[in-house]
Amino acid sequence: MNRHLISAADLSRDDALLILDTAEELAQMADRPIRKLPTLRGRTVVNLFYEDSTRTRISFEAAAKRLSADVINFSARGSSVAKGESLKDTALTLEAMGADAVVIRHGASGAPHRLAGWVRGSVVNAGDGAHEHPTQALLDAFTMRRRLGRLEGLRVAIVGDVLHSRVARSNVRLLHTLGAEVILVAPPTLLPVAVGSWPCEVSYDLDAALPKSDVVMMLRVQQERMNAAYFPTVREYSRRYGLDSSRMALLPEHAIVMHPGPMNRGVEIAADVADSVRSTIVEQVGNGVSVRMAVLYLLLGGSEAQR
Amino acid sequence: MHARDTAGAGSGARAGFDTARPGAKTVLGAAEIRRALTRIAHEILERTDGAADVVLLGIPTRGVPLAHRLADRLSQAEHGAEHGLVPVGSLDVTMYRDDLRLRPARTLGHTDVPPAGIDGRIVVLVDDVLYSGRTVRAALDALVDLGRPRAVQLAVLVDRGHRELPIRADYVGKNLPTSQREVVRVLLGETDGQDAVLLSEDGGGA
Repeated sequence: MNRHLISAADLSRDDALLILDTAEELAQMADRPIRKLPTLRGRTVVNLFYEDSTRTRISFEAAAKRLSADVINFSARGSSVAKGESLKDTALTLEAMGADAVVIRHGASGAPHRLAGWVRGSVVNAGDGAHEHPTQALLDAFTMRRRLGRLEGLRVAIVGDVLHSRVARSNVRLLHTLGAEVILVAPPTLLPVAVGSWPCEVSYDLDAALPKSDVVMMLRVQQERMNAAYFPTVREYSRRYGLDSSRMALLPEHAIVMHPGPMNRGVEIAADVADSVRSTIVEQVGNGVSVRMAVLYLLLGGSEAQR
Repeated sequence: MHARDTAGAGSGARAGFDTARPGAKTVLGAAEIRRALTRIAHEILERTDGAADVVLLGIPTRGVPLAHRLADRLSQAEHGAEHGLVPVGSLDVTMYRDDLRLRPARTLGHTDVPPAGIDGRIVVLVDDVLYSGRTVRAALDALVDLGRPRAVQLAVLVDRGHRELPIRADYVGKNLPTSQREVVRVLLGETDGQDAVLLSEDGGGA
Protein backbone atom coordinates (compact mmCIF):
# COMPACT_ATOMS: atom_id res chain seq x y z
CA MET A 1 0.00 0.00 0.00
CA ASN A 2 1.09 3.57 -0.59
CA ARG A 3 1.86 5.96 2.22
CA HIS A 4 -1.21 8.02 1.33
CA LEU A 5 -4.77 7.18 0.35
CA ILE A 6 -5.76 9.78 -2.20
CA SER A 7 -7.51 7.89 -4.95
CA ALA A 8 -9.23 4.51 -5.14
CA ALA A 9 -7.03 3.98 -8.19
CA ASP A 10 -3.97 3.88 -5.87
CA LEU A 11 -5.23 0.61 -4.43
CA SER A 12 -4.27 -2.70 -5.96
CA ARG A 13 -6.68 -5.59 -5.63
CA ASP A 14 -4.54 -7.02 -2.81
CA ASP A 15 -4.42 -3.67 -0.98
CA ALA A 16 -8.18 -3.28 -1.21
CA LEU A 17 -8.85 -6.81 0.00
CA LEU A 18 -6.38 -6.34 2.85
CA ILE A 19 -8.30 -3.23 3.97
CA LEU A 20 -11.64 -5.05 3.74
CA ASP A 21 -10.35 -8.12 5.64
CA THR A 22 -8.79 -5.94 8.32
CA ALA A 23 -12.05 -4.01 8.63
CA GLU A 24 -13.92 -7.30 8.99
CA GLU A 25 -11.81 -8.19 12.04
CA LEU A 26 -12.15 -4.70 13.48
CA ALA A 27 -15.92 -4.73 12.98
CA GLN A 28 -16.18 -7.43 15.66
CA MET A 29 -15.01 -4.88 18.16
CA ALA A 30 -18.36 -3.12 17.99
CA ASP A 31 -19.88 -5.90 20.13
CA ARG A 32 -17.25 -5.79 22.85
CA PRO A 33 -17.57 -4.18 26.26
CA ILE A 34 -14.45 -2.08 25.65
CA ARG A 35 -14.37 -0.61 22.16
CA LYS A 36 -10.83 0.61 22.17
CA LEU A 37 -7.49 -0.71 20.99
CA PRO A 38 -4.12 0.68 22.12
CA THR A 39 -2.56 0.40 18.65
CA LEU A 40 -2.11 4.06 17.68
CA ARG A 41 -1.32 5.40 21.14
CA GLY A 42 0.76 8.55 20.90
CA ARG A 43 -0.02 9.16 17.23
CA THR A 44 -1.83 12.28 16.11
CA VAL A 45 -4.52 12.36 13.45
CA VAL A 46 -5.68 15.76 12.19
CA ASN A 47 -9.12 16.11 10.62
CA LEU A 48 -8.75 19.00 8.21
CA PHE A 49 -12.21 19.83 6.88
CA TYR A 50 -12.66 22.68 4.42
CA GLU A 51 -16.19 21.55 3.60
CA ASP A 52 -19.05 20.80 5.93
CA SER A 53 -19.44 17.19 6.81
CA THR A 54 -21.06 15.37 9.66
CA ARG A 55 -20.79 11.68 9.04
CA THR A 56 -17.37 11.51 7.43
CA ARG A 57 -15.69 13.68 10.05
CA ILE A 58 -17.35 11.91 12.96
CA SER A 59 -16.59 8.56 11.39
CA PHE A 60 -12.88 9.36 11.04
CA GLU A 61 -12.84 10.80 14.53
CA ALA A 62 -14.46 7.69 16.03
CA ALA A 63 -12.09 5.44 14.05
CA ALA A 64 -8.98 7.28 15.24
CA LYS A 65 -10.19 7.38 18.83
CA ARG A 66 -10.99 3.67 18.91
CA LEU A 67 -7.38 3.08 17.94
CA SER A 68 -6.25 5.43 20.77
CA ALA A 69 -4.82 8.11 18.46
CA ASP A 70 -5.05 11.75 19.48
CA VAL A 71 -7.48 13.62 17.25
CA ILE A 72 -7.31 17.28 16.36
CA ASN A 73 -10.35 18.63 14.53
CA PHE A 74 -9.76 21.57 12.28
CA SER A 75 -12.58 23.09 10.30
CA ALA A 76 -12.09 25.97 7.96
CA ARG A 77 -14.96 27.91 9.43
CA GLY A 78 -13.86 29.90 12.46
CA SER A 79 -10.16 29.25 11.86
CA SER A 80 -7.32 31.20 10.31
CA VAL A 81 -8.49 29.92 6.93
CA ALA A 82 -11.36 32.38 7.26
CA LYS A 83 -8.66 35.05 7.56
CA GLY A 84 -7.16 33.96 4.25
CA GLU A 85 -4.49 31.43 5.19
CA SER A 86 -3.44 29.25 2.27
CA LEU A 87 -3.60 25.45 2.27
CA LYS A 88 0.18 25.31 2.25
CA ASP A 89 0.58 27.47 5.33
CA THR A 90 -2.06 25.46 7.15
CA ALA A 91 -0.21 22.29 6.15
CA LEU A 92 3.08 23.63 7.50
CA THR A 93 1.37 24.50 10.77
CA LEU A 94 0.02 20.96 11.06
CA GLU A 95 3.44 19.62 10.20
CA ALA A 96 4.98 21.65 13.00
CA MET A 97 2.42 20.18 15.39
CA GLY A 98 3.58 16.70 14.47
CA ALA A 99 0.58 15.27 12.65
CA ASP A 100 1.14 11.60 11.78
CA ALA A 101 -1.88 11.59 9.49
CA VAL A 102 -3.99 14.31 7.94
CA VAL A 103 -7.54 13.48 6.90
CA ILE A 104 -8.56 16.18 4.45
CA ARG A 105 -11.81 17.21 2.85
CA HIS A 106 -11.56 20.06 0.41
CA GLY A 107 -13.77 21.64 -2.22
CA ALA A 108 -10.99 21.62 -4.81
CA SER A 109 -10.12 18.42 -6.65
CA GLY A 110 -6.46 17.59 -6.11
CA ALA A 111 -6.04 19.38 -2.77
CA PRO A 112 -5.05 16.14 -0.94
CA HIS A 113 -2.48 15.44 -3.64
CA ARG A 114 -0.92 18.87 -3.14
CA LEU A 115 -1.01 18.42 0.62
CA ALA A 116 0.84 15.10 0.36
CA GLY A 117 3.80 16.98 -1.07
CA TRP A 118 3.97 19.32 1.91
CA VAL A 119 3.61 17.08 4.96
CA ARG A 120 5.61 14.13 6.21
CA GLY A 121 2.62 12.23 7.60
CA SER A 122 0.11 10.16 5.67
CA VAL A 123 -2.65 11.97 3.81
CA VAL A 124 -6.10 10.42 3.63
CA ASN A 125 -8.55 11.90 1.16
CA ALA A 126 -11.97 12.35 2.77
CA GLY A 127 -13.45 13.87 -0.38
CA ASP A 128 -11.95 16.44 -2.75
CA GLY A 129 -14.24 18.43 -5.02
CA ALA A 130 -15.82 16.21 -7.65
CA HIS A 131 -12.74 13.98 -7.73
CA GLU A 132 -12.62 11.12 -5.21
CA HIS A 133 -13.75 9.83 -1.83
CA PRO A 134 -11.87 6.53 -1.50
CA THR A 135 -12.90 5.55 2.04
CA GLN A 136 -16.57 5.87 1.04
CA ALA A 137 -15.95 3.46 -1.84
CA LEU A 138 -14.19 1.07 0.55
CA LEU A 139 -17.05 1.12 3.02
CA ASP A 140 -19.54 0.61 0.20
CA ALA A 141 -17.57 -2.41 -1.05
CA PHE A 142 -17.34 -3.67 2.53
CA THR A 143 -21.13 -3.34 2.96
CA MET A 144 -21.80 -5.16 -0.33
CA ARG A 145 -19.46 -7.99 0.61
CA ARG A 146 -21.04 -8.37 4.03
CA ARG A 147 -24.59 -8.41 2.68
CA LEU A 148 -24.06 -10.40 -0.50
CA GLY A 149 -21.00 -12.47 0.40
CA ARG A 150 -18.86 -11.53 -2.58
CA LEU A 151 -17.78 -8.71 -4.87
CA GLU A 152 -16.50 -10.64 -7.87
CA GLY A 153 -19.13 -10.53 -10.60
CA LEU A 154 -21.61 -8.36 -8.69
CA ARG A 155 -23.66 -6.01 -10.86
CA VAL A 156 -23.83 -2.57 -9.32
CA ALA A 157 -26.00 0.25 -10.65
CA ILE A 158 -24.91 3.73 -9.55
CA VAL A 159 -27.78 6.12 -10.15
CA GLY A 160 -28.13 9.90 -10.26
CA ASP A 161 -25.81 12.86 -10.10
CA VAL A 162 -22.61 11.20 -11.31
CA LEU A 163 -21.23 14.50 -12.61
CA HIS A 164 -20.76 16.04 -9.16
CA SER A 165 -20.16 12.80 -7.34
CA ARG A 166 -16.75 11.86 -5.97
CA VAL A 167 -18.43 8.81 -4.47
CA ALA A 168 -19.33 7.52 -7.95
CA ARG A 169 -15.79 8.06 -9.27
CA SER A 170 -14.15 6.23 -6.39
CA ASN A 171 -16.71 3.44 -6.50
CA VAL A 172 -16.29 2.85 -10.23
CA ARG A 173 -12.53 2.54 -9.82
CA LEU A 174 -12.56 0.39 -6.71
CA LEU A 175 -15.37 -1.92 -7.82
CA HIS A 176 -13.62 -2.43 -11.15
CA THR A 177 -10.42 -3.37 -9.28
CA LEU A 178 -12.39 -5.82 -7.16
CA GLY A 179 -14.07 -7.48 -10.13
CA ALA A 180 -17.61 -6.07 -9.93
CA GLU A 181 -19.46 -4.72 -12.97
CA VAL A 182 -20.67 -1.16 -12.68
CA ILE A 183 -23.39 0.53 -14.68
CA LEU A 184 -23.93 4.27 -14.30
CA VAL A 185 -27.51 5.42 -14.75
CA ALA A 186 -28.13 9.16 -15.07
CA PRO A 187 -29.61 11.81 -17.31
CA PRO A 188 -27.05 12.80 -19.99
CA THR A 189 -26.61 16.22 -18.39
CA LEU A 190 -25.43 14.65 -15.12
CA LEU A 191 -22.73 12.44 -16.65
CA PRO A 192 -19.13 13.70 -16.96
CA VAL A 193 -17.76 14.26 -20.46
CA ALA A 194 -15.04 11.64 -20.14
CA VAL A 195 -17.34 8.93 -18.80
CA GLY A 196 -16.64 6.86 -21.92
CA SER A 197 -13.12 6.21 -20.68
CA TRP A 198 -14.26 4.84 -17.30
CA PRO A 199 -14.27 1.09 -16.75
CA CYS A 200 -18.07 0.82 -16.65
CA GLU A 201 -21.26 0.85 -18.70
CA VAL A 202 -23.55 3.84 -19.04
CA SER A 203 -27.31 3.94 -19.37
CA TYR A 204 -30.06 6.56 -19.32
CA ASP A 205 -32.81 4.12 -18.44
CA LEU A 206 -33.20 3.18 -14.78
CA ASP A 207 -36.12 0.77 -15.26
CA ALA A 208 -34.08 -1.32 -17.69
CA ALA A 209 -31.06 -1.48 -15.40
CA LEU A 210 -32.83 -2.45 -12.17
CA PRO A 211 -33.91 -6.07 -12.92
CA LYS A 212 -30.29 -7.17 -13.52
CA SER A 213 -28.69 -5.35 -10.58
CA ASP A 214 -27.48 -6.92 -7.34
CA VAL A 215 -26.85 -3.50 -5.84
CA VAL A 216 -28.42 -0.15 -6.58
CA MET A 217 -26.59 2.85 -5.21
CA MET A 218 -28.55 6.11 -5.23
CA LEU A 219 -26.51 9.31 -5.34
CA ARG A 220 -27.55 12.55 -3.76
CA VAL A 221 -28.59 15.32 -6.13
CA GLN A 222 -25.96 17.87 -5.18
CA GLN A 223 -27.97 21.03 -5.64
CA GLU A 224 -25.35 23.11 -3.85
CA ARG A 225 -22.86 22.35 -6.63
CA MET A 226 -25.32 22.92 -9.49
CA ASN A 227 -24.74 26.25 -11.14
CA ALA A 228 -26.85 25.47 -14.19
CA ALA A 229 -30.13 23.76 -14.99
CA TYR A 230 -29.26 20.07 -15.28
CA PHE A 231 -32.85 18.88 -15.29
CA PRO A 232 -36.19 20.69 -15.78
CA THR A 233 -37.71 20.16 -12.33
CA VAL A 234 -36.98 18.13 -9.23
CA ARG A 235 -40.30 16.38 -9.76
CA GLU A 236 -39.36 15.25 -13.23
CA TYR A 237 -35.94 14.06 -12.05
CA SER A 238 -37.56 12.15 -9.26
CA ARG A 239 -40.06 10.52 -11.61
CA ARG A 240 -37.38 9.28 -14.02
CA TYR A 241 -34.39 8.62 -11.74
CA GLY A 242 -35.79 8.43 -8.22
CA LEU A 243 -36.14 5.07 -6.45
CA ASP A 244 -39.65 4.52 -5.13
CA SER A 245 -41.23 1.29 -3.92
CA SER A 246 -42.70 0.34 -7.32
CA ARG A 247 -39.23 0.68 -8.89
CA MET A 248 -37.68 -1.24 -6.00
CA ALA A 249 -40.04 -4.12 -6.87
CA LEU A 250 -38.17 -4.47 -10.19
CA LEU A 251 -35.01 -5.47 -8.34
CA PRO A 252 -34.08 -9.14 -7.87
CA GLU A 253 -35.07 -10.57 -4.49
CA HIS A 254 -31.58 -10.44 -2.94
CA ALA A 255 -30.66 -6.95 -4.19
CA ILE A 256 -29.72 -4.19 -1.76
CA VAL A 257 -30.27 -0.44 -1.87
CA MET A 258 -27.41 1.87 -0.88
CA HIS A 259 -27.00 5.59 -0.42
CA PRO A 260 -23.85 7.39 0.72
CA GLY A 261 -25.88 10.01 2.60
CA PRO A 262 -27.02 12.60 3.32
CA MET A 263 -30.29 11.69 1.59
CA ASN A 264 -32.83 13.93 -0.05
CA ARG A 265 -35.88 11.88 0.85
CA GLY A 266 -38.47 12.20 -1.87
CA VAL A 267 -35.96 13.30 -4.52
CA GLU A 268 -33.55 10.48 -5.41
CA ILE A 269 -34.97 8.01 -2.90
CA ALA A 270 -38.48 7.60 -1.46
CA ALA A 271 -38.82 7.51 2.31
CA ASP A 272 -40.29 4.00 2.42
CA VAL A 273 -37.40 2.69 0.27
CA ALA A 274 -34.82 4.34 2.51
CA ASP A 275 -36.38 2.67 5.55
CA SER A 276 -36.94 -0.75 3.97
CA VAL A 277 -35.07 -3.92 4.96
CA ARG A 278 -33.16 -3.82 1.69
CA SER A 279 -31.67 -0.48 2.52
CA THR A 280 -28.14 -0.59 3.98
CA ILE A 281 -27.97 3.12 4.68
CA VAL A 282 -27.62 2.90 8.45
CA GLU A 283 -25.31 -0.12 8.17
CA GLN A 284 -23.04 1.89 5.87
CA VAL A 285 -22.43 4.40 8.64
CA GLY A 286 -21.36 1.71 11.12
CA ASN A 287 -19.21 0.01 8.51
CA GLY A 288 -17.58 3.35 7.77
CA VAL A 289 -15.96 3.38 11.20
CA SER A 290 -14.56 -0.15 10.78
CA VAL A 291 -13.18 0.60 7.32
CA ARG A 292 -11.58 3.87 8.43
CA MET A 293 -10.03 2.11 11.41
CA ALA A 294 -8.52 -0.40 8.99
CA VAL A 295 -7.15 2.37 6.77
CA LEU A 296 -5.63 4.28 9.69
CA TYR A 297 -4.15 1.10 11.15
CA LEU A 298 -2.59 0.03 7.86
CA LEU A 299 -1.20 3.51 7.15
CA LEU A 300 0.01 4.32 10.68
CA GLY A 301 0.27 1.03 12.56
CA GLY A 302 3.58 -0.13 11.13
CA SER A 303 7.11 1.17 11.17
CA GLU A 304 8.07 4.65 10.01
CA ALA A 305 10.76 3.29 7.72
CA GLN A 306 8.17 1.45 5.65
CA ARG A 307 6.03 4.54 5.25
CA MET B 1 4.18 -0.65 2.94
CA HIS B 2 3.36 -4.32 2.77
CA ALA B 3 1.38 -6.00 5.47
CA ARG B 4 2.86 -9.38 6.06
CA ASP B 5 2.22 -12.00 8.65
CA THR B 6 5.71 -12.48 9.98
CA ALA B 7 4.44 -14.93 12.54
CA GLY B 8 3.94 -17.19 9.58
CA ALA B 9 0.72 -17.77 7.71
CA GLY B 10 0.81 -21.47 7.17
CA SER B 11 1.51 -22.83 3.75
CA GLY B 12 2.46 -26.25 2.58
CA ALA B 13 5.22 -24.85 0.41
CA ARG B 14 6.92 -23.31 3.41
CA ALA B 15 6.66 -26.51 5.38
CA GLY B 16 8.50 -28.31 2.61
CA PHE B 17 11.13 -25.60 2.56
CA ASP B 18 11.73 -25.97 6.28
CA THR B 19 12.08 -29.70 6.25
CA ALA B 20 14.41 -29.38 3.32
CA ARG B 21 16.56 -26.75 4.99
CA PRO B 22 19.99 -28.24 5.70
CA GLY B 23 20.60 -28.73 9.39
CA ALA B 24 16.91 -28.56 10.36
CA LYS B 25 16.52 -31.13 13.09
CA THR B 26 13.21 -32.67 14.07
CA VAL B 27 12.89 -32.20 17.83
CA LEU B 28 9.35 -33.53 18.20
CA GLY B 29 7.58 -35.85 15.80
CA ALA B 30 3.85 -36.33 15.31
CA ALA B 31 3.56 -39.01 17.99
CA GLU B 32 5.46 -36.93 20.55
CA ILE B 33 3.29 -33.89 19.88
CA ARG B 34 0.22 -36.07 20.35
CA ARG B 35 1.49 -37.42 23.66
CA ALA B 36 2.53 -33.97 24.89
CA LEU B 37 -0.95 -32.57 24.19
CA THR B 38 -2.62 -35.50 25.93
CA ARG B 39 -0.44 -34.95 28.98
CA ILE B 40 -1.19 -31.20 28.99
CA ALA B 41 -4.91 -31.96 28.75
CA HIS B 42 -4.70 -34.17 31.83
CA GLU B 43 -2.69 -31.57 33.72
CA ILE B 44 -5.36 -28.98 32.90
CA LEU B 45 -8.04 -31.35 34.23
CA GLU B 46 -6.09 -31.85 37.45
CA ARG B 47 -5.31 -28.21 38.04
CA THR B 48 -8.75 -26.87 37.17
CA ASP B 49 -10.90 -29.47 38.87
CA GLY B 50 -12.26 -31.16 35.79
CA ALA B 51 -12.05 -28.15 33.47
CA ALA B 52 -15.62 -27.13 34.35
CA ASP B 53 -15.02 -23.40 33.97
CA VAL B 54 -12.21 -23.56 31.44
CA VAL B 55 -12.19 -21.56 28.21
CA LEU B 56 -9.34 -22.30 25.82
CA LEU B 57 -8.12 -19.39 23.70
CA GLY B 58 -5.53 -20.09 21.00
CA ILE B 59 -3.23 -17.35 19.80
CA PRO B 60 -3.11 -17.24 15.97
CA THR B 61 -1.68 -18.72 13.88
CA ARG B 62 -0.71 -22.07 15.38
CA GLY B 63 -2.09 -21.63 18.87
CA VAL B 64 -5.61 -21.97 17.44
CA PRO B 65 -5.39 -25.55 16.13
CA LEU B 66 -3.52 -26.51 19.32
CA ALA B 67 -6.35 -25.06 21.44
CA HIS B 68 -8.90 -27.06 19.43
CA ARG B 69 -6.92 -30.27 19.87
CA LEU B 70 -6.69 -29.65 23.62
CA ALA B 71 -10.43 -28.91 23.81
CA ASP B 72 -11.21 -32.21 22.07
CA ARG B 73 -8.98 -34.10 24.53
CA LEU B 74 -10.59 -32.38 27.52
CA SER B 75 -14.11 -33.20 26.29
CA GLN B 76 -13.12 -36.77 25.65
CA ALA B 77 -11.31 -37.38 28.94
CA GLU B 78 -13.93 -35.76 31.14
CA HIS B 79 -17.17 -36.38 29.30
CA GLY B 80 -16.36 -39.18 26.90
CA ALA B 81 -17.57 -37.01 24.04
CA GLU B 82 -15.70 -36.28 20.84
CA HIS B 83 -15.77 -32.49 21.12
CA GLY B 84 -17.88 -29.45 21.74
CA LEU B 85 -18.09 -29.52 25.54
CA VAL B 86 -15.16 -27.25 26.39
CA PRO B 87 -15.49 -23.73 24.97
CA VAL B 88 -12.65 -22.87 22.63
CA GLY B 89 -11.82 -19.76 20.62
CA SER B 90 -9.00 -17.62 19.32
CA LEU B 91 -7.43 -14.39 20.51
CA ASP B 92 -5.53 -12.21 18.08
CA VAL B 93 -2.98 -10.02 19.83
CA THR B 94 -1.61 -8.06 16.85
CA MET B 95 -3.15 -4.74 17.88
CA TYR B 96 -1.63 -5.09 21.36
CA ARG B 97 1.95 -5.95 20.38
CA ASP B 98 4.83 -3.76 21.56
CA ASP B 99 6.83 -4.17 18.35
CA LEU B 100 4.27 -2.81 15.88
CA ARG B 101 6.43 0.19 15.06
CA LEU B 102 9.41 -1.99 14.23
CA ARG B 103 7.78 -3.70 11.27
CA PRO B 104 5.31 -2.99 8.48
CA ALA B 105 1.66 -3.11 9.54
CA ARG B 106 0.71 -6.72 10.03
CA THR B 107 -2.31 -8.60 8.83
CA LEU B 108 -4.76 -9.15 11.67
CA GLY B 109 -5.60 -12.63 12.85
CA HIS B 110 -9.06 -13.71 13.84
CA THR B 111 -10.47 -13.20 17.32
CA ASP B 112 -13.34 -15.48 18.21
CA VAL B 113 -14.52 -15.53 21.80
CA PRO B 114 -16.98 -18.32 22.72
CA PRO B 115 -20.54 -16.98 23.13
CA ALA B 116 -20.58 -17.53 26.90
CA GLY B 117 -17.70 -15.07 27.24
CA ILE B 118 -14.76 -15.20 29.62
CA ASP B 119 -16.10 -13.42 32.71
CA GLY B 120 -15.51 -15.52 35.83
CA ARG B 121 -13.96 -18.36 33.78
CA ILE B 122 -10.50 -19.87 33.85
CA VAL B 123 -8.92 -18.85 30.57
CA VAL B 124 -6.13 -21.06 29.29
CA LEU B 125 -4.11 -19.26 26.62
CA VAL B 126 -2.58 -21.64 24.09
CA ASP B 127 0.41 -20.90 21.87
CA ASP B 128 2.95 -22.95 19.98
CA VAL B 129 6.26 -21.48 21.18
CA LEU B 130 7.04 -19.49 24.32
CA TYR B 131 10.11 -17.32 23.74
CA SER B 132 10.46 -13.69 24.85
CA GLY B 133 7.03 -13.65 26.52
CA ARG B 134 6.00 -10.53 24.62
CA THR B 135 3.18 -12.24 22.76
CA VAL B 136 1.74 -13.45 26.07
CA ARG B 137 2.05 -9.95 27.53
CA ALA B 138 0.04 -8.65 24.58
CA ALA B 139 -2.51 -11.45 25.06
CA LEU B 140 -2.99 -10.50 28.71
CA ASP B 141 -3.75 -6.92 27.66
CA ALA B 142 -6.15 -8.12 24.98
CA LEU B 143 -7.97 -10.29 27.53
CA VAL B 144 -8.54 -7.35 29.86
CA ASP B 145 -10.48 -5.63 27.08
CA LEU B 146 -12.69 -8.69 26.58
CA GLY B 147 -13.75 -9.31 30.16
CA ARG B 148 -12.55 -10.39 33.59
CA PRO B 149 -11.54 -14.05 33.83
CA ARG B 150 -11.25 -15.65 37.26
CA ALA B 151 -7.75 -16.81 36.38
CA VAL B 152 -5.51 -16.91 33.34
CA GLN B 153 -3.16 -19.80 32.62
CA LEU B 154 -0.75 -20.49 29.78
CA ALA B 155 -0.17 -23.67 27.82
CA VAL B 156 2.59 -23.94 25.19
CA LEU B 157 3.84 -26.77 23.06
CA VAL B 158 7.48 -25.65 23.27
CA ASP B 159 9.24 -23.44 25.81
CA ARG B 160 12.53 -22.38 24.29
CA GLY B 161 13.69 -20.04 27.08
CA HIS B 162 15.18 -16.53 26.69
CA ARG B 163 12.36 -14.72 28.47
CA GLU B 164 12.42 -10.93 28.34
CA LEU B 165 9.46 -10.47 30.70
CA PRO B 166 8.43 -12.05 34.01
CA ILE B 167 6.14 -14.62 32.39
CA ARG B 168 6.05 -18.41 32.72
CA ALA B 169 3.92 -21.20 31.32
CA ASP B 170 1.62 -23.36 33.46
CA TYR B 171 1.66 -26.25 30.99
CA VAL B 172 4.63 -27.05 28.76
CA GLY B 173 4.77 -29.74 26.08
CA LYS B 174 8.56 -29.70 25.88
CA ASN B 175 11.29 -27.57 27.37
CA LEU B 176 13.74 -26.95 24.58
CA PRO B 177 17.00 -25.28 25.53
CA THR B 178 18.06 -23.18 22.53
CA SER B 179 20.53 -20.48 21.65
CA GLN B 180 19.03 -17.21 20.44
CA ARG B 181 20.56 -17.80 17.03
CA GLU B 182 18.51 -20.90 16.54
CA VAL B 183 15.05 -20.97 14.98
CA VAL B 184 12.21 -23.10 16.30
CA ARG B 185 9.43 -23.92 13.87
CA VAL B 186 6.22 -25.68 14.81
CA LEU B 187 4.39 -27.38 11.98
CA LEU B 188 0.82 -28.59 12.43
CA GLY B 189 -1.36 -30.69 10.20
CA GLU B 190 -4.09 -28.01 10.12
CA THR B 191 -1.78 -25.26 8.84
CA ASP B 192 1.26 -27.01 7.38
CA GLY B 193 0.12 -30.47 6.34
CA GLN B 194 2.24 -32.31 8.93
CA ASP B 195 3.01 -32.33 12.66
CA ALA B 196 6.60 -31.59 13.71
CA VAL B 197 8.78 -29.25 15.74
CA LEU B 198 11.97 -28.30 13.93
CA LEU B 199 15.12 -26.69 15.23
CA SER B 200 17.61 -25.10 12.86
CA GLU B 201 20.47 -22.62 12.81
CA ASP B 202 19.37 -19.16 11.76
CA GLY B 203 19.38 -19.10 7.99
CA GLY B 204 17.85 -15.65 7.83
CA GLY B 205 14.42 -17.23 7.50
CA ALA B 206 11.49 -17.97 9.80
